[in-house]
Amino acid sequence: MSTSSDSVPVVRARGVTKRFGEFEAVRGVDFAIAPGESFGFLGPNGAGKTSTMRMVSAVSTPTSGSLTIFGLDPAIHGPEIRGRLGVVPQEDTFDLDLSLRLNLEMFGRYYDLPRTTIRERTTELLEFAHLSDRAEDKVDNLSGGMKRRLTIARALINRPELLILDEPTTGLDPQARHLLWERLYRLKRDGVTLIITTHYMDEAEQLCDRLVVMDHGRIVAEGAPRQLIADHASREVLELRLGSEHHDEVADQLGSFAERLEVLPDRVLLYVDSADDTLARLHQAGWRPERTLQRRSSLEDVFLRLTGRTLEE
Amino acid sequence: MSRVLPVLGSRRARHVVERNALFYRSQWLMFASGFVEPLFYLLSIGIGLNHLVGSLTVGSHRVSYAAFVAPGMLATSAMNGAVIDSVFNPFFRLKISHAYDSILATPLDVDDIALGEALWALTRAGLYAVSFVGCMFLLGDTSSPWAILEIVGALATSFAFSALGLAACTYLRSWQDFDLITLVSLPLFLFSATFFPLSLYPRALATVVAFSPLYQSATLLRGLNSGQFDGWMILRLGYLVALGLVGLAVAARRFRRILSP
Repeated sequence: MSTSSDSVPVVRARGVTKRFGEFEAVRGVDFAIAPGESFGFLGPNGAGKTSTMRMVSAVSTPTSGSLTIFGLDPAIHGPEIRGRLGVVPQEDTFDLDLSLRLNLEMFGRYYDLPRTTIRERTTELLEFAHLSDRAEDKVDNLSGGMKRRLTIARALINRPELLILDEPTTGLDPQARHLLWERLYRLKRDGVTLIITTHYMDEAEQLCDRLVVMDHGRIVAEGAPRQLIADHASREVLELRLGSEHHDEVADQLGSFAERLEVLPDRVLLYVDSADDTLARLHQAGWRPERTLQRRSSLEDVFLRLTGRTLEE
Repeated sequence: MSRVLPVLGSRRARHVVERNALFYRSQWLMFASGFVEPLFYLLSIGIGLNHLVGSLTVGSHRVSYAAFVAPGMLATSAMNGAVIDSVFNPFFRLKISHAYDSILATPLDVDDIALGEALWALTRAGLYAVSFVGCMFLLGDTSSPWAILEIVGALATSFAFSALGLAACTYLRSWQDFDLITLVSLPLFLFSATFFPLSLYPRALATVVAFSPLYQSATLLRGLNSGQFDGWMILRLGYLVALGLVGLAVAARRFRRILSP
């Protein structure tokens, strides 16, 4: 049976909503993800990313709208769809009564895989996750980064065509994050379709071919990271910390120096073509900011522009 | 689709049984203790009270007190085993370790998990029931070869209580709530005509006791133990199986609400 070809999106959502009682977590989203693509969902906590992920994982059903995964309806073909995908949930949840090795092996059994296949893959995946020497330990004794790697290894036991990662690197130290990213690149190179939610801009820029920005259950922008930045932000940003003065009051006076400006509680962001030139002009005009930072625009700025909020809020 | 029964899970439920078997492989001592347990029951109450009480009438037979109380103990043991297996472990995996959440990412469905846990409790109970009936035979507490059918009766008992226990565990909020389980199972144990005949209860209480699944189980097993068959047995067996099916349906619904809202 062949339901996925290049013409059929791996996931297609049209007007998908998810309601929990009175609360509408997802308010009608549309997107299509092509085979082999790395697709990101970017947004602050409570934007509806996790609810969307659970629907795309064929674990929860949409309240309304149409959703297909591998061209199949998850309400009817749930088990078949789940058999072809791997899920890395936000929380690492393991079978705490079993060792690392048995956690992986048992997972393989849930997918109905033959025992010899499972044994080969378990050894391979423990290697992949850099956990071979901990194979016989209980999961409880692992560090946060190790648990995360084990969750990813577990999600690969069935050789998924689509891997769904919900906040894969939240709570990890930089070294562990880079190790994880490297593993994800390898999977992408092998042709696995990736769906990633994150509220880290650098992660989205690094990993995603294309992404959507979600806010309050809706998709507010869609595109390649570079394209989104080009469309919704200026080339560069000049950040000013003005010390004791009230940022609100100075905003009016600074307006003429930038295409656009954002006033945050602790700093003012000037969206400009060249941060160098703007800073020079500010100095000429007699401004003496306490601290300045010049940088290229990032997805963070896109998000701020689209939602009026920073991601960490 | 490979559904055994609609709403009650598929063949994939067997992997949940397999998982529990895998776990108990490393807990063999705990597992093995279940086989010794019948001796505790039978020797403590049976032998102890046998001398004080003498013999009793079951149907048209006179039997020793030990032979009277043994099926009651078998019923109680089937209930306790089922409750422990279906309440404690699933509660931990449902609400503490969230191990079920990760299983739901696989082809298994919520119904499969509920059915799998009930089947596991049943498997374990079946093994213990065989051991229990064997001990009764060795100690001379059986008075008919039909006593072998008590294994079936004990399985029905385990099924009823494991399914009810599984449903109950979904309502528990913390470890403190486990007292509620004791609050139900202890009176069931004390007031289900497991130690003495229903005829000794006041009439009003006896009517209430008739609804106790443990009473129905003990009475069914007692009849089988002395090889006296009657039409009520089918009803008693049916009652236990029906409770089990209702419990399983409730458990599956509650599991779905918690795991996959």
